[in-house]
Amino acid sequence: MESTILKSRNFNASFGTNHVVKNVNIDIPRNHIIAVMGPSGCGKTTYLRCINRMHELIPGATSNGEMKLNDEDVYQMHPIFVRLKIGMVFQRPNPFPNLSIYDNVIAGYKLNGIKLPKGERDGIVERSLTKVALWKEVKDSLNKKGSFLSGGQQQRLCIARTVAMEPEMILFDEPTSALDPISTSTVEELFHELKANYTLVIVTHNMQQAARVSDKTAFFYMGELVEYDETKIMFTNPKDNRTQNYITGRFS
Amino acid sequence: MDGKYVKYRLGKSYGFQSLVYLLAFACIVPLLAILFYIIRAGITKINWHFLVNIPKPVGESGGGIANALVGSIIIILVAAVIAVPIGILAGVYLSEHRKGRLAYWCRLSTDILQGVPSIVIGIVAYFWLVRPWDIGFIHHRGGFSALSGSVALAIMMLPIIVRSTEETLKLLPDSLREAALALGMPFHRVMFKVIIPVGISGILSGIMLSVARITGETAPLLFTAFGNPYLSVNIGKPMQSLPLLIFNYATSPYQDWLNLAWGASLILLVWVLFLNIFTKVITRKWKVQF
Amino acid sequence: MITRSDIPLRVINSSPEAILKAKKRTKRSFRQIRTENVFRHTLTIMGLIMVILVLGIMLTLAWQSRLSISTLGPKYLWSKVWDPVQDIYGAWPFLLGTLLTSFLALIISVPFSVSVAIFLGEYHPKGWLPDFLKNAVELIAAVPSVIYGFWALEVLVPYVRKFESAIGVEPVGVGIFSSSLILAVMIIPYAASLGRSMISLVPSHLKEAAYALGATRWEVIRTVVLPYTKSGLFAGILLSLGRALGETMAVTMVIGNTSLIPKNIFAPGNTMASVIANEFTEADKPVYLSALIELGLVLFLVTVVINLIGKKIIDRFTND
Repeated sequence: MESTILKSRNFNASFGTNHVVKNVNIDIPRNHIIAVMGPSGCGKTTYLRCINRMHELIPGATSNGEMKLNDEDVYQMHPIFVRLKIGMVFQRPNPFPNLSIYDNVIAGYKLNGIKLPKGERDGIVERSLTKVALWKEVKDSLNKKGSFLSGGQQQRLCIARTVAMEPEMILFDEPTSALDPISTSTVEELFHELKANYTLVIVTHNMQQAARVSDKTAFFYMGELVEYDETKIMFTNPKDNRTQNYITGRFS
Repeated sequence: MDGKYVKYRLGKSYGFQSLVYLLAFACIVPLLAILFYIIRAGITKINWHFLVNIPKPVGESGGGIANALVGSIIIILVAAVIAVPIGILAGVYLSEHRKGRLAYWCRLSTDILQGVPSIVIGIVAYFWLVRPWDIGFIHHRGGFSALSGSVALAIMMLPIIVRSTEETLKLLPDSLREAALALGMPFHRVMFKVIIPVGISGILSGIMLSVARITGETAPLLFTAFGNPYLSVNIGKPMQSLPLLIFNYATSPYQDWLNLAWGASLILLVWVLFLNIFTKVITRKWKVQF
Repeated sequence: MITRSDIPLRVINSSPEAILKAKKRTKRSFRQIRTENVFRHTLTIMGLIMVILVLGIMLTLAWQSRLSISTLGPKYLWSKVWDPVQDIYGAWPFLLGTLLTSFLALIISVPFSVSVAIFLGEYHPKGWLPDFLKNAVELIAAVPSVIYGFWALEVLVPYVRKFESAIGVEPVGVGIFSSSLILAVMIIPYAASLGRSMISLVPSHLKEAAYALGATRWEVIRTVVLPYTKSGLFAGILLSLGRALGETMAVTMVIGNTSLIPKNIFAPGNTMASVIANEFTEADKPVYLSALIELGLVLFLVTVVINLIGKKIIDRFTND
């Protein structure tokens, strides 16, 4: 039996009076890739941002219900702890424009004021960049600014930055929607490598991507979690009509 | 269509255009006249002696403006030390709280402060710091002092710094904050290590502009720093400053003093123009590219 | 609030050093959280300081002018004689002087500042010449007012004196007219820069519609650009007026400093700001000082109202 890393029960989130995530119950198993899909505005990104408490940064945003990481309530912990344990990669690559590539990778340590000996730092940078298959491309230009890289490289740099913190989970918010097809496939290949050490939750509105990369898929519609199952089952034999309609393209 | 009428309308249009050009460029004439005149009158007065000596009493020729130069630098530095931290942090506060009651009042106060005449700030600084006061156990002896002048100037710097900090930080993309917060950074580190460094060019230019503005301010110093014919570096005592010296000597009937005022004007002018140009340069150079 | 028992001390591959490391990190994080809270409070206090500062200025002025308000009453503002030696205080000469200099300056400067705004906003938004003009106009705002005053006193006033004797009024030189001239120069940049940004906001489809009907450039400016930006230009002029009302040094140096009601615009006079600058440190009687501060209070309130109206108009204009 696989162990559950994240568990939410009756989880709700809203912006002011706009109720965008309704009663979500989900169990996410460790070292799996979970795809979260659904039409735009279905609450999938909001739910993702609730997991590491980024949702509450938006003025007027509220949430309630149970969200447990390793049986500990995320909403009882300080957000700093939560975010150290649950990393996040955003839709648009957002490297720190004032930092070099090297500093971008260890940004989590450097900017948090954690002092590491140089050897250890170099090790983290090399390991993280290797994990995201960027090491070979940038090892000679580590001192250049991160914003000089291409979009795909920037996104992998952002993943490396998250990986360097050794979180338990990594959340991806439509990580490839701003990338070209080639960069998309490099990032997708990455997901399989990362699965060995981390649990990945990937929000995507691209069904093919969900089918390609994930072990389990969750389908959100109008703020509700409609169906959540093995990816294979979801795409071949969905139980809910709405899922059926969505994957056959009857609404998008 | 009547060709003549169109021609008349076109003629009117060109006539108006020429008028706009003429009036627009006429604005530069007084500026050039002032620059030209100050440079011509001031340049002959400036030499090493002028910079390192203090003014001589009436009747003796020569003398310099060392006391005013040193005084101006000290007063401005102290004002900046007071205003910069408060201004930046208040700007950060406003950029973080776009809505909310305190933010609304804070923004309103900043707008108000920006328009308050400098002489009024001088009056207020006089009552806060120069007039002796007594509340129970605190006895404030008062007296004209450079520090009270610095406080008055700091009040004038604040709205400029607050506004430029707020505007700069507001323009930064949210993704930057989110990137930092998602790495588990505490809020103060997000600000000091990410947001402020990325916006540094805008913040610095606000600081420079505020310094440029207060460098030439005279009115708030009249009842605070007061002026001093001798060199003083004690911020608890009256101190001379360039604009005060110019005001006092320019309105005097003695030619030697007028000469000092011309030289001082040129130095003040160069100082202020240099600050303005320098601000433009750093804004361009230090701008972080996304 | 979090307590120490809430610490998520779960390390997956729990070697002793990994646990130690995690413990250290947690301890750090607790320190960070405390600093974070302190920082948030500091920010709020700084926001509060700005509000307190403005309230403090207002209350200080009101409190210090209480003596004048209670003994002289409201008629102080329109009494025509100012003679501190005889203990007679009337602010009318200064109110009139301020209004005369400011509005005269405004009338002189508006054609110029609007021209700059139209030139930069409509005719030539880009290029080295407009850049030059823009920087030059910004420099006008940068020159210290004491230098304007000095220059006006030494260079402008003699010319005004010649002009005055040519048209047959008493050739004093210093006075309302000279002050208005120098003020007019000083306030050009405020209306010009605001006007420029407002004019460049005019949607091009509106202008194109007019051009498509065969309008000439001037007709487009008159019928589309100026009507569209009139509230913005008005706000710019208000901000200029606010500057002119509060301007002290340049005016003090060339207005002539008499407390008599000016007979015409060439006569010497005094403004509220200049009388404060001149007499504040000489005011030896409590009522005298208090009367001067009441002038400061009036000046403060008037400029606050003018600036707030200007800001409101700008906000409404840019939000539409």
